[in-house]
Amino acid sequence: MIDTDAVRGDFPILERRINGRRLAFLDSAASSQKPVQVLDAMADIYRNSYANVHRGAYTLSHEATEAYEEARHKVAVFLNATSDEEIVFTRSATAAMNLFAYGWGLNNLKSGDRILTSVMEHHANIVPWHIIARHTGAELRYMELTDGFRLDLEGAQDRFDERVKVVAVSGMSNVLGTMPPVGEIARLAHEVGAVLLVDGAQLVPHAPVDVQTLGADFLGFSGHKMLGPTGIGVLWGRRALLESMEPAEGGGEMIRDVRLYESDWAEVPHKFEAGTPPFVEAIGLGAAVDYLSAIGMDNVLQHDRELTGYALERLAGVPGLSIQGPADTVDRGGAISFDLTGIHAHDVATILDQEGVAVRAGHHCAKPLLRSLGLTASTRASFYVYNVPEDVDALVDALGVARRIFGLDGP
Amino acid sequence: MALEDLYREVILDHYRNPRNRAALGQANAVADGHNPLCGDEVRVELLIEGDEVAAIGVTGHGCSISQASGSMMGDAVKGRSIETIRILTGRFKGMMSIDGAGDPGLDPNRPGAVLGDLESLQGVRKFPVRIKCANLPWTTLEEAINNFVASH
Repeated sequence: MIDTDAVRGDFPILERRINGRRLAFLDSAASSQKPVQVLDAMADIYRNSYANVHRGAYTLSHEATEAYEEARHKVAVFLNATSDEEIVFTRSATAAMNLFAYGWGLNNLKSGDRILTSVMEHHANIVPWHIIARHTGAELRYMELTDGFRLDLEGAQDRFDERVKVVAVSGMSNVLGTMPPVGEIARLAHEVGAVLLVDGAQLVPHAPVDVQTLGADFLGFSGHKMLGPTGIGVLWGRRALLESMEPAEGGGEMIRDVRLYESDWAEVPHKFEAGTPPFVEAIGLGAAVDYLSAIGMDNVLQHDRELTGYALERLAGVPGLSIQGPADTVDRGGAISFDLTGIHAHDVATILDQEGVAVRAGHHCAKPLLRSLGLTASTRASFYVYNVPEDVDALVDALGVARRIFGLDGP
Repeated sequence: MALEDLYREVILDHYRNPRNRAALGQANAVADGHNPLCGDEVRVELLIEGDEVAAIGVTGHGCSISQASGSMMGDAVKGRSIETIRILTGRFKGMMSIDGAGDPGLDPNRPGAVLGDLESLQGVRKFPVRIKCANLPWTTLEEAINNFVASH
Protein backbone atom coordinates (compact mmCIF):
# COMPACT_ATOMS: atom_id res chain seq x y z
CA MET A 1 0.00 0.00 0.00
CA ILE A 2 1.13 3.52 -0.73
CA ASP A 3 0.48 6.34 1.72
CA THR A 4 -0.86 8.61 -1.02
CA ASP A 5 -1.42 11.54 1.35
CA ALA A 6 2.27 11.57 2.23
CA VAL A 7 3.31 11.02 -1.40
CA ARG A 8 1.06 13.81 -2.69
CA GLY A 9 2.59 16.17 -0.15
CA ASP A 10 5.95 15.70 -1.88
CA PHE A 11 4.65 16.98 -5.23
CA PRO A 12 4.14 20.77 -5.06
CA ILE A 13 2.52 20.94 -8.51
CA LEU A 14 -0.46 18.91 -7.30
CA GLU A 15 -1.55 21.93 -5.24
CA ARG A 16 -2.13 23.91 -8.42
CA ARG A 17 -5.65 24.67 -9.49
CA ILE A 18 -6.36 24.35 -13.20
CA ASN A 19 -9.17 26.49 -14.59
CA GLY A 20 -10.41 26.88 -11.03
CA ARG A 21 -10.53 23.12 -10.43
CA ARG A 22 -8.50 20.62 -8.44
CA LEU A 23 -5.82 19.16 -10.69
CA ALA A 24 -6.34 15.51 -11.62
CA PHE A 25 -3.05 14.78 -13.36
CA LEU A 26 -3.58 11.70 -15.52
CA ASP A 27 -0.74 11.98 -18.01
CA SER A 28 2.20 10.34 -16.26
CA ALA A 29 2.73 7.93 -19.16
CA ALA A 30 3.87 10.98 -21.14
CA SER A 31 5.87 12.45 -18.28
CA SER A 32 5.54 12.21 -14.53
CA GLN A 33 5.59 15.01 -11.99
CA LYS A 34 8.61 15.52 -9.70
CA PRO A 35 8.84 15.27 -5.92
CA VAL A 36 10.72 17.90 -3.91
CA GLN A 37 13.41 15.30 -3.20
CA VAL A 38 14.38 15.31 -6.89
CA LEU A 39 14.13 19.08 -7.24
CA ASP A 40 16.27 19.55 -4.11
CA ALA A 41 18.93 17.06 -5.20
CA MET A 42 19.41 18.92 -8.46
CA ALA A 43 19.31 22.36 -6.85
CA ASP A 44 21.87 21.20 -4.28
CA ILE A 45 24.37 20.30 -7.02
CA TYR A 46 23.84 23.58 -8.84
CA ARG A 47 24.08 25.57 -5.61
CA ASN A 48 26.90 23.76 -3.87
CA SER A 49 28.84 21.24 -5.94
CA TYR A 50 28.64 22.25 -9.58
CA ALA A 51 31.56 21.79 -11.96
CA ASN A 52 32.08 19.62 -15.02
CA VAL A 53 32.55 15.94 -14.24
CA HIS A 54 35.70 13.85 -14.81
CA ARG A 55 39.08 15.39 -15.66
CA GLY A 56 38.78 18.13 -13.04
CA ALA A 57 41.47 18.05 -10.35
CA TYR A 58 39.66 20.27 -7.94
CA THR A 59 37.10 19.83 -5.15
CA LEU A 60 33.93 20.89 -6.98
CA SER A 61 34.61 18.70 -10.00
CA HIS A 62 35.43 15.82 -7.72
CA GLU A 63 32.17 16.24 -5.81
CA ALA A 64 30.12 16.46 -9.00
CA THR A 65 31.86 13.39 -10.41
CA GLU A 66 31.24 11.43 -7.23
CA ALA A 67 27.56 12.37 -7.27
CA TYR A 68 27.25 11.43 -10.96
CA GLU A 69 28.86 8.03 -10.47
CA GLU A 70 26.82 7.47 -7.32
CA ALA A 71 23.68 8.06 -9.43
CA ARG A 72 24.94 5.38 -11.83
CA HIS A 73 25.36 3.04 -8.89
CA LYS A 74 21.83 3.76 -7.66
CA VAL A 75 20.39 2.92 -11.08
CA ALA A 76 22.49 -0.27 -11.22
CA VAL A 77 21.16 -1.37 -7.83
CA PHE A 78 17.60 -0.40 -8.83
CA LEU A 79 17.82 -2.74 -11.85
CA ASN A 80 19.94 -5.35 -10.06
CA ALA A 81 22.62 -4.97 -12.76
CA THR A 82 25.78 -6.99 -12.22
CA SER A 83 27.92 -3.85 -12.27
CA ASP A 84 27.68 -0.07 -12.51
CA GLU A 85 29.47 -0.26 -15.86
CA GLU A 86 26.35 -1.77 -17.43
CA ILE A 87 24.54 1.55 -16.96
CA VAL A 88 25.01 3.95 -19.89
CA PHE A 89 23.50 7.38 -19.38
CA THR A 90 21.83 8.90 -22.43
CA ARG A 91 19.64 11.95 -22.87
CA SER A 92 16.38 9.96 -23.09
CA ALA A 93 14.80 6.58 -23.73
CA THR A 94 14.71 7.54 -27.41
CA ALA A 95 18.45 8.22 -27.33
CA ALA A 96 19.00 4.87 -25.60
CA MET A 97 17.06 3.04 -28.32
CA ASN A 98 18.97 4.93 -31.01
CA LEU A 99 22.30 4.22 -29.32
CA PHE A 100 21.54 0.51 -29.49
CA ALA A 101 20.22 0.74 -33.07
CA TYR A 102 23.27 2.63 -34.32
CA GLY A 103 25.91 1.09 -32.06
CA TRP A 104 24.76 -2.51 -32.35
CA GLY A 105 22.38 -2.63 -35.31
CA LEU A 106 24.43 -0.69 -37.80
CA ASN A 107 27.50 -2.85 -37.14
CA ASN A 108 25.88 -6.27 -36.83
CA LEU A 109 23.07 -6.32 -39.38
CA LYS A 110 23.36 -7.00 -43.08
CA SER A 111 21.16 -7.73 -46.07
CA GLY A 112 19.00 -10.80 -45.47
CA ASP A 113 18.92 -10.28 -41.69
CA ARG A 114 15.69 -9.50 -39.93
CA ILE A 115 14.65 -7.12 -37.18
CA LEU A 116 11.57 -8.35 -35.34
CA THR A 117 9.39 -5.90 -33.46
CA SER A 118 5.66 -5.48 -32.77
CA VAL A 119 2.83 -3.28 -34.02
CA MET A 120 2.27 -1.85 -30.54
CA GLU A 121 5.65 -0.11 -30.41
CA HIS A 122 6.27 3.57 -29.76
CA HIS A 123 7.85 5.40 -32.71
CA ALA A 124 11.15 5.35 -30.77
CA ASN A 125 11.28 1.60 -31.33
CA ILE A 126 10.20 1.74 -34.99
CA VAL A 127 11.77 4.73 -36.70
CA PRO A 128 15.39 3.95 -35.68
CA TRP A 129 14.86 0.51 -37.26
CA HIS A 130 13.57 2.09 -40.47
CA ILE A 131 16.85 4.01 -40.62
CA ILE A 132 19.03 1.03 -39.74
CA ALA A 133 17.16 -1.21 -42.21
CA ARG A 134 17.81 1.35 -44.94
CA HIS A 135 21.52 1.49 -44.09
CA THR A 136 22.09 -2.26 -43.73
CA GLY A 137 19.56 -3.87 -46.05
CA ALA A 138 18.06 -5.80 -43.13
CA GLU A 139 14.28 -6.29 -43.15
CA LEU A 140 11.76 -5.24 -40.52
CA ARG A 141 9.12 -7.77 -39.39
CA TYR A 142 6.22 -7.31 -36.98
CA MET A 143 4.41 -9.32 -34.35
CA GLU A 144 0.67 -8.63 -34.27
CA LEU A 145 -1.89 -8.31 -31.48
CA THR A 146 -4.68 -10.62 -30.39
CA ASP A 147 -8.28 -9.39 -30.26
CA GLY A 148 -7.75 -8.92 -26.53
CA PHE A 149 -4.96 -6.37 -27.14
CA ARG A 150 -2.22 -8.80 -26.09
CA LEU A 151 0.90 -9.54 -28.09
CA ASP A 152 0.09 -12.52 -30.32
CA LEU A 153 3.19 -14.53 -29.52
CA GLU A 154 1.47 -17.74 -30.57
CA GLY A 155 0.84 -16.37 -34.04
CA ALA A 156 4.37 -14.96 -34.23
CA GLN A 157 6.18 -18.26 -33.51
CA ASP A 158 7.06 -18.75 -37.18
CA ARG A 159 8.62 -15.29 -37.34
CA PHE A 160 11.42 -16.38 -35.01
CA ASP A 161 13.98 -17.94 -37.33
CA GLU A 162 17.73 -17.74 -37.90
CA ARG A 163 17.35 -14.64 -40.06
CA VAL A 164 16.18 -12.69 -37.00
CA LYS A 165 19.20 -11.02 -35.44
CA VAL A 166 17.48 -8.57 -33.16
CA VAL A 167 14.10 -8.55 -31.41
CA ALA A 168 12.99 -5.13 -30.17
CA VAL A 169 9.82 -4.99 -28.11
CA SER A 170 8.17 -2.80 -25.50
CA GLY A 171 7.93 -4.07 -21.94
CA MET A 172 4.67 -2.13 -21.50
CA SER A 173 2.67 -0.46 -24.24
CA ASN A 174 2.28 3.28 -23.71
CA VAL A 175 -1.13 3.10 -25.42
CA LEU A 176 -2.67 -0.24 -24.41
CA GLY A 177 -0.98 -0.81 -21.07
CA THR A 178 -0.25 -4.35 -22.28
CA MET A 179 2.77 -6.00 -20.67
CA PRO A 180 3.99 -8.76 -22.98
CA PRO A 181 5.78 -11.79 -21.54
CA VAL A 182 9.38 -10.61 -21.89
CA GLY A 183 10.82 -13.86 -20.52
CA GLU A 184 9.02 -15.90 -23.16
CA ILE A 185 10.07 -13.50 -25.94
CA ALA A 186 13.65 -13.73 -24.66
CA ARG A 187 13.55 -17.53 -24.86
CA LEU A 188 12.30 -17.42 -28.46
CA ALA A 189 14.83 -14.76 -29.43
CA HIS A 190 17.77 -16.51 -27.83
CA GLU A 191 16.81 -19.86 -29.38
CA VAL A 192 17.48 -18.37 -32.81
CA GLY A 193 20.54 -16.47 -31.64
CA ALA A 194 18.94 -13.03 -31.67
CA VAL A 195 19.62 -10.21 -29.23
CA LEU A 196 16.62 -8.81 -27.30
CA LEU A 197 16.14 -5.09 -26.74
CA VAL A 198 13.31 -4.10 -24.39
CA ASP A 199 11.85 -0.61 -24.57
CA GLY A 200 11.39 -0.03 -20.88
CA ALA A 201 10.10 3.55 -21.06
CA GLN A 202 6.81 2.48 -19.42
CA LEU A 203 7.93 -0.75 -17.75
CA VAL A 204 10.78 0.54 -15.61
CA PRO A 205 8.81 3.39 -13.96
CA HIS A 206 5.84 1.17 -13.13
CA ALA A 207 7.02 -2.36 -12.32
CA PRO A 208 9.89 -4.06 -10.51
CA VAL A 209 12.61 -4.87 -13.04
CA ASP A 210 15.51 -7.21 -12.34
CA VAL A 211 17.71 -7.31 -15.41
CA GLN A 212 19.23 -10.60 -14.28
CA THR A 213 15.88 -12.37 -14.56
CA LEU A 214 14.10 -10.19 -17.15
CA GLY A 215 15.64 -12.01 -20.10
CA ALA A 216 16.51 -8.91 -22.13
CA ASP A 217 20.02 -8.19 -23.38
CA PHE A 218 19.44 -4.44 -23.58
CA LEU A 219 16.92 -2.19 -21.85
CA GLY A 220 16.27 1.48 -22.61
CA PHE A 221 14.26 3.92 -20.49
CA SER A 222 14.06 7.56 -19.51
CA GLY A 223 14.18 9.43 -16.21
CA HIS A 224 11.32 11.86 -16.72
CA LYS A 225 8.64 9.19 -16.70
CA MET A 226 9.82 7.90 -13.30
CA LEU A 227 9.79 11.08 -11.20
CA GLY A 228 13.19 12.21 -12.52
CA PRO A 229 14.03 15.18 -14.73
CA THR A 230 13.94 15.42 -18.51
CA GLY A 231 17.18 15.09 -20.46
CA ILE A 232 18.32 11.82 -18.89
CA GLY A 233 17.84 8.25 -20.01
CA VAL A 234 19.54 4.92 -19.56
CA LEU A 235 20.66 2.10 -21.81
CA TRP A 236 21.39 -0.99 -19.75
CA GLY A 237 23.20 -3.78 -21.59
CA ARG A 238 24.92 -7.03 -20.73
CA ARG A 239 28.50 -6.11 -20.14
CA ALA A 240 30.03 -8.43 -22.74
CA LEU A 241 27.63 -7.11 -25.38
CA LEU A 242 28.31 -3.50 -24.42
CA GLU A 243 32.03 -4.17 -24.67
CA SER A 244 31.70 -5.53 -28.18
CA MET A 245 29.35 -2.74 -29.25
CA GLU A 246 30.61 0.26 -31.20
CA PRO A 247 29.96 3.80 -29.99
CA ALA A 248 27.36 5.78 -31.91
CA GLU A 249 28.85 9.18 -31.09
CA GLY A 250 32.44 10.38 -30.91
CA GLY A 251 33.82 13.25 -28.87
CA GLY A 252 35.27 14.13 -25.51
CA GLU A 253 35.04 11.73 -22.55
CA MET A 254 34.57 8.61 -24.69
CA ILE A 255 38.20 8.06 -25.71
CA ARG A 256 41.31 6.47 -24.28
CA ASP A 257 43.62 8.05 -26.84
CA VAL A 258 43.18 10.25 -29.88
CA ARG A 259 45.79 10.55 -32.60
CA LEU A 260 45.57 12.39 -35.90
CA TYR A 261 43.94 9.63 -37.91
CA GLU A 262 42.50 7.25 -35.35
CA SER A 263 41.40 6.92 -31.78
CA ASP A 264 40.78 4.25 -29.14
CA TRP A 265 37.66 4.07 -27.06
CA ALA A 266 37.41 4.38 -23.32
CA GLU A 267 36.03 1.47 -21.28
CA VAL A 268 32.27 0.93 -20.92
CA PRO A 269 30.15 2.81 -20.08
CA HIS A 270 32.20 5.92 -20.89
CA LYS A 271 32.79 4.98 -24.53
CA PHE A 272 29.07 5.61 -25.09
CA GLU A 273 28.96 8.93 -23.24
CA ALA A 274 30.57 11.40 -25.64
CA GLY A 275 30.63 15.03 -24.52
CA THR A 276 29.63 16.54 -21.20
CA PRO A 277 26.90 14.20 -19.94
CA PRO A 278 23.63 15.43 -18.40
CA PHE A 279 25.10 14.74 -14.99
CA VAL A 280 22.82 16.98 -12.91
CA GLU A 281 19.88 15.21 -14.55
CA ALA A 282 21.50 11.85 -13.76
CA ILE A 283 21.77 12.95 -10.11
CA GLY A 284 18.09 13.91 -10.23
CA LEU A 285 17.30 10.44 -11.58
CA GLY A 286 19.32 8.97 -8.71
CA ALA A 287 17.08 10.85 -6.26
CA ALA A 288 13.98 9.60 -8.12
CA VAL A 289 15.27 6.03 -7.86
CA ASP A 290 15.74 6.53 -4.09
CA TYR A 291 12.18 7.81 -3.85
CA LEU A 292 10.70 4.89 -5.79
CA SER A 293 12.82 2.37 -3.89
CA ALA A 294 11.57 3.76 -0.58
CA ILE A 295 7.99 3.17 -1.75
CA GLY A 296 8.91 -0.20 -3.23
CA MET A 297 8.30 -1.04 -6.88
CA ASP A 298 5.96 -3.90 -5.93
CA ASN A 299 3.81 -1.32 -4.17
CA VAL A 300 4.00 1.02 -7.18
CA LEU A 301 2.76 -1.74 -9.47
CA GLN A 302 0.00 -2.76 -7.07
CA HIS A 303 -1.11 0.85 -6.60
CA ASP A 304 -1.27 1.43 -10.38
CA ARG A 305 -3.20 -1.82 -10.80
CA GLU A 306 -5.76 -0.93 -8.15
CA LEU A 307 -6.41 2.44 -9.75
CA THR A 308 -6.52 0.82 -13.18
CA GLY A 309 -9.07 -1.71 -11.96
CA TYR A 310 -11.19 1.03 -10.43
CA ALA A 311 -10.94 3.14 -13.60
CA LEU A 312 -11.83 0.21 -15.89
CA GLU A 313 -14.89 -0.42 -13.75
CA ARG A 314 -16.02 3.22 -13.70
CA LEU A 315 -15.27 3.85 -17.39
CA ALA A 316 -17.40 0.84 -18.32
CA GLY A 317 -20.36 2.91 -17.10
CA VAL A 318 -19.73 5.77 -19.55
CA PRO A 319 -22.03 5.34 -22.57
CA GLY A 320 -20.25 5.15 -25.93
CA LEU A 321 -16.83 4.62 -24.40
CA SER A 322 -14.63 1.82 -25.69
CA ILE A 323 -11.24 0.95 -24.22
CA GLN A 324 -8.26 -0.01 -26.35
CA GLY A 325 -6.41 -2.36 -24.08
CA PRO A 326 -6.82 -5.46 -21.93
CA ALA A 327 -10.14 -5.46 -20.07
CA ASP A 328 -8.60 -6.72 -16.82
CA THR A 329 -5.51 -5.75 -14.81
CA VAL A 330 -3.53 -8.95 -15.42
CA ASP A 331 -0.15 -8.20 -17.05
CA ARG A 332 -1.35 -4.69 -17.57
CA GLY A 333 -0.03 -1.28 -16.58
CA GLY A 334 -1.89 1.88 -15.70
CA ALA A 335 -2.31 3.45 -19.13
CA ILE A 336 -5.92 3.41 -20.33
CA SER A 337 -6.67 4.57 -23.86
CA PHE A 338 -10.24 5.03 -24.95
CA ASP A 339 -12.49 6.28 -27.67
CA LEU A 340 -15.74 8.11 -26.99
CA THR A 341 -18.19 7.72 -29.86
CA GLY A 342 -19.20 11.07 -31.31
CA ILE A 343 -16.40 13.12 -29.72
CA HIS A 344 -12.91 13.40 -31.08
CA ALA A 345 -10.08 12.81 -28.59
CA HIS A 346 -8.96 16.42 -28.89
CA ASP A 347 -12.33 17.72 -27.95
CA VAL A 348 -12.41 15.31 -25.02
CA ALA A 349 -9.02 16.56 -23.81
CA THR A 350 -10.01 20.22 -24.13
CA ILE A 351 -13.21 19.72 -22.17
CA LEU A 352 -11.46 17.61 -19.52
CA ASP A 353 -8.83 20.31 -19.09
CA GLN A 354 -11.57 22.82 -18.27
CA GLU A 355 -12.55 20.43 -15.49
CA GLY A 356 -8.97 20.22 -14.20
CA VAL A 357 -8.36 16.76 -15.65
CA ALA A 358 -5.09 16.43 -17.61
CA VAL A 359 -5.09 13.61 -20.16
CA ARG A 360 -3.32 13.02 -23.45
CA ALA A 361 -5.08 12.99 -26.81
CA GLY A 362 -3.67 11.99 -30.15
CA HIS A 363 -1.71 9.11 -31.63
CA HIS A 364 0.62 8.73 -28.61
CA CYS A 365 3.63 8.34 -30.95
CA ALA A 366 2.27 4.96 -32.00
CA LYS A 367 0.70 5.64 -35.40
CA PRO A 368 1.06 2.08 -36.75
CA LEU A 369 -0.78 0.79 -33.67
CA LEU A 370 -3.56 3.40 -33.86
CA ARG A 371 -3.96 2.70 -37.58
CA SER A 372 -4.21 -1.06 -36.92
CA LEU A 373 -6.99 -0.29 -34.42
CA GLY A 374 -8.79 1.81 -37.03
CA LEU A 375 -8.19 5.06 -35.14
CA THR A 376 -6.35 8.29 -35.88
CA ALA A 377 -6.45 9.49 -32.28
CA SER A 378 -7.51 8.34 -28.84
CA THR A 379 -7.66 9.74 -25.33
CA ARG A 380 -5.36 8.28 -22.70
CA ALA A 381 -5.47 8.49 -18.92
CA SER A 382 -2.49 7.11 -17.02
CA PHE A 383 -1.69 6.70 -13.34
CA TYR A 384 1.25 6.93 -11.00
CA VAL A 385 2.12 6.93 -7.31
CA TYR A 386 0.38 10.26 -6.57
CA ASN A 387 -2.96 9.41 -8.16
CA VAL A 388 -6.00 8.59 -6.05
CA PRO A 389 -9.52 7.26 -6.79
CA GLU A 390 -10.75 10.88 -6.64
CA ASP A 391 -8.77 11.51 -9.87
CA VAL A 392 -10.68 8.70 -11.58
CA ASP A 393 -13.97 10.15 -10.32
CA ALA A 394 -12.99 13.57 -11.71
CA LEU A 395 -12.23 11.90 -15.07
CA VAL A 396 -15.58 10.15 -15.21
CA ASP A 397 -17.48 13.30 -14.18
CA ALA A 398 -15.65 15.35 -16.83
CA LEU A 399 -16.48 12.77 -19.49
CA GLY A 400 -20.11 13.35 -18.53
CA VAL A 401 -19.63 17.07 -19.19
CA ALA A 402 -18.14 16.26 -22.60
CA ARG A 403 -21.10 14.07 -23.51
CA ARG A 404 -23.49 16.80 -22.41
CA ILE A 405 -21.76 19.53 -24.47
CA PHE A 406 -21.81 17.31 -27.55
CA GLY A 407 -25.48 16.54 -26.98
CA LEU A 408 -24.92 12.80 -26.65
CA ASP A 409 -27.31 12.34 -23.76
CA GLY A 410 -30.32 13.11 -25.90
CA PRO A 411 -32.43 16.29 -25.89
CA MET B 1 -12.85 30.61 -20.50
CA ALA B 2 -16.21 29.01 -20.95
CA LEU B 3 -16.52 25.87 -23.02
CA GLU B 4 -19.66 27.41 -24.54
CA ASP B 5 -17.39 29.94 -26.29
CA LEU B 6 -15.66 27.07 -28.02
CA TYR B 7 -18.42 24.60 -28.68
CA ARG B 8 -21.11 26.84 -30.17
CA GLU B 9 -24.14 25.04 -31.54
CA VAL B 10 -23.33 26.08 -35.11
CA ILE B 11 -19.89 24.44 -34.80
CA LEU B 12 -21.33 21.22 -33.44
CA ASP B 13 -23.89 21.27 -36.25
CA HIS B 14 -21.16 21.50 -38.90
CA TYR B 15 -19.23 18.74 -37.09
CA ARG B 16 -22.22 16.40 -37.06
CA ASN B 17 -23.44 17.30 -40.54
CA PRO B 18 -20.37 18.40 -42.48
CA ARG B 19 -21.04 20.22 -45.74
CA ASN B 20 -19.05 19.67 -48.94
CA ARG B 21 -17.83 16.39 -47.52
CA ALA B 22 -17.35 14.39 -50.70
CA ALA B 23 -14.42 13.62 -52.92
CA LEU B 24 -14.63 15.60 -56.17
CA GLY B 25 -14.50 13.37 -59.19
CA GLN B 26 -13.18 16.13 -61.42
CA ALA B 27 -10.83 18.11 -59.12
CA ASN B 28 -7.94 19.98 -60.71
CA ALA B 29 -6.31 21.15 -57.49
CA VAL B 30 -5.67 18.97 -54.44
CA ALA B 31 -3.74 19.23 -51.20
CA ASP B 32 -3.45 17.15 -48.04
CA GLY B 33 -3.01 18.71 -44.63
CA HIS B 34 -1.81 16.95 -41.49
CA ASN B 35 -1.45 18.03 -37.93
CA PRO B 36 1.37 15.73 -36.83
CA LEU B 37 0.71 16.57 -33.18
CA CYS B 38 -2.77 15.11 -33.08
CA GLY B 39 -3.15 13.15 -36.29
CA ASP B 40 -5.86 15.39 -37.80
CA GLU B 41 -6.03 14.88 -41.55
CA VAL B 42 -7.73 17.07 -44.12
CA ARG B 43 -7.91 16.72 -47.90
CA VAL B 44 -9.08 19.70 -49.93
CA GLU B 45 -10.08 19.13 -53.55
CA LEU B 46 -10.99 22.01 -55.84
CA LEU B 47 -12.43 22.38 -59.29
CA ILE B 48 -11.10 25.71 -60.47
CA GLU B 49 -12.69 27.21 -63.56
CA GLY B 50 -11.18 30.44 -64.81
CA ASP B 51 -10.24 32.21 -61.62
CA GLU B 52 -13.16 30.81 -59.67
CA VAL B 53 -13.53 27.81 -57.35
CA ALA B 54 -16.53 26.14 -58.94
CA ALA B 55 -16.62 23.16 -56.56
CA ILE B 56 -14.90 22.04 -53.38
CA GLY B 57 -14.63 18.79 -51.45
CA VAL B 58 -13.30 18.67 -47.90
CA THR B 59 -12.64 15.20 -46.47
CA GLY B 60 -10.57 13.73 -43.67
CA HIS B 61 -10.64 12.91 -39.99
CA GLY B 62 -10.26 15.13 -37.00
CA CYS B 63 -11.73 16.97 -34.08
CA SER B 64 -14.90 19.04 -34.13
CA ILE B 65 -12.95 22.26 -34.64
CA SER B 66 -10.95 21.15 -37.67
CA GLN B 67 -13.95 19.42 -39.24
CA ALA B 68 -16.37 22.30 -38.61
CA SER B 69 -13.80 24.79 -39.86
CA GLY B 70 -13.40 22.76 -43.07
CA SER B 71 -17.15 22.42 -43.52
CA MET B 72 -17.76 26.17 -43.11
CA MET B 73 -14.77 26.94 -45.29
CA GLY B 74 -16.30 24.94 -48.12
CA ASP B 75 -19.50 26.94 -47.93
CA ALA B 76 -17.57 30.21 -47.77
CA VAL B 77 -15.29 29.68 -50.77
CA LYS B 78 -17.59 27.86 -53.20
CA GLY B 79 -18.23 30.07 -56.22
CA ARG B 80 -15.70 32.67 -55.10
CA SER B 81 -12.73 34.02 -57.01
CA ILE B 82 -9.22 33.03 -55.99
CA GLU B 83 -8.52 36.63 -55.01
CA THR B 84 -11.56 36.75 -52.73
CA ILE B 85 -10.58 33.42 -51.21
CA ARG B 86 -7.13 34.76 -50.42
CA ILE B 87 -8.72 37.73 -48.65
CA LEU B 88 -11.04 35.41 -46.72
CA THR B 89 -8.15 33.18 -45.73
CA GLY B 90 -6.22 36.19 -44.44
CA ARG B 91 -9.21 37.36 -42.45
CA PHE B 92 -9.86 33.96 -40.99
CA LYS B 93 -6.25 33.45 -39.94
CA GLY B 94 -6.24 36.99 -38.54
CA MET B 95 -9.24 36.12 -36.41
CA MET B 96 -7.36 33.02 -35.21
CA SER B 97 -4.18 34.88 -34.24
CA ILE B 98 -3.72 35.01 -30.47
CA ASP B 99 -4.03 38.80 -30.28
CA GLY B 100 -7.02 38.64 -32.62
CA ALA B 101 -5.80 41.75 -34.41
CA GLY B 102 -6.71 40.35 -37.80
CA ASP B 103 -5.52 41.90 -41.01
CA PRO B 104 -5.26 45.62 -40.21
CA GLY B 105 -5.18 46.63 -43.87
CA LEU B 106 -8.46 44.97 -44.64
CA ASP B 107 -11.80 46.74 -44.72
CA PRO B 108 -14.24 44.35 -43.08
CA ASN B 109 -17.02 45.64 -45.28
CA ARG B 110 -15.18 44.85 -48.46
CA PRO B 111 -17.25 42.46 -50.58
CA GLY B 112 -16.23 38.88 -50.08
CA ALA B 113 -14.41 39.56 -46.85
CA VAL B 114 -17.31 38.69 -44.57
CA LEU B 115 -16.80 35.52 -42.57
CA GLY B 116 -20.42 34.79 -41.68
CA ASP B 117 -20.75 31.39 -39.92
CA LEU B 118 -17.00 31.27 -39.60
CA GLU B 119 -17.20 34.03 -36.98
CA SER B 120 -18.51 31.34 -34.64
CA LEU B 121 -14.99 29.90 -34.53
CA GLN B 122 -13.52 32.99 -32.89
CA GLY B 123 -13.86 31.37 -29.45
CA VAL B 124 -11.10 28.96 -30.51
CA ARG B 125 -8.62 31.80 -30.05
CA LYS B 126 -9.08 31.47 -26.29
CA PHE B 127 -7.84 27.87 -26.51
CA PRO B 128 -4.38 28.35 -28.06
CA VAL B 129 -3.66 24.64 -28.50
CA ARG B 130 -6.72 24.35 -30.73
CA ILE B 131 -5.93 27.21 -33.13
CA LYS B 132 -4.00 24.83 -35.37
CA CYS B 133 -7.10 22.66 -35.66
CA ALA B 134 -9.16 25.58 -36.98
CA ASN B 135 -6.44 26.72 -39.36
CA LEU B 136 -5.64 23.30 -40.83
CA PRO B 137 -8.32 23.29 -43.59
CA TRP B 138 -7.39 26.84 -44.58
CA THR B 139 -3.68 26.11 -44.78
CA THR B 140 -4.54 23.08 -46.90
CA LEU B 141 -6.81 25.20 -49.11
CA GLU B 142 -4.01 27.72 -49.62
CA GLU B 143 -1.66 24.92 -50.61
CA ALA B 144 -4.17 23.51 -53.13
CA ILE B 145 -4.60 26.94 -54.71
CA ASN B 146 -0.85 27.58 -54.74
CA ASN B 147 -0.30 24.18 -56.39
CA PHE B 148 -2.86 25.07 -59.03
CA VAL B 149 -1.47 28.55 -59.69
CA ALA B 150 2.09 27.23 -59.90
CA SER B 151 1.16 24.62 -62.49
CA HIS B 152 -1.02 26.81 -64.71
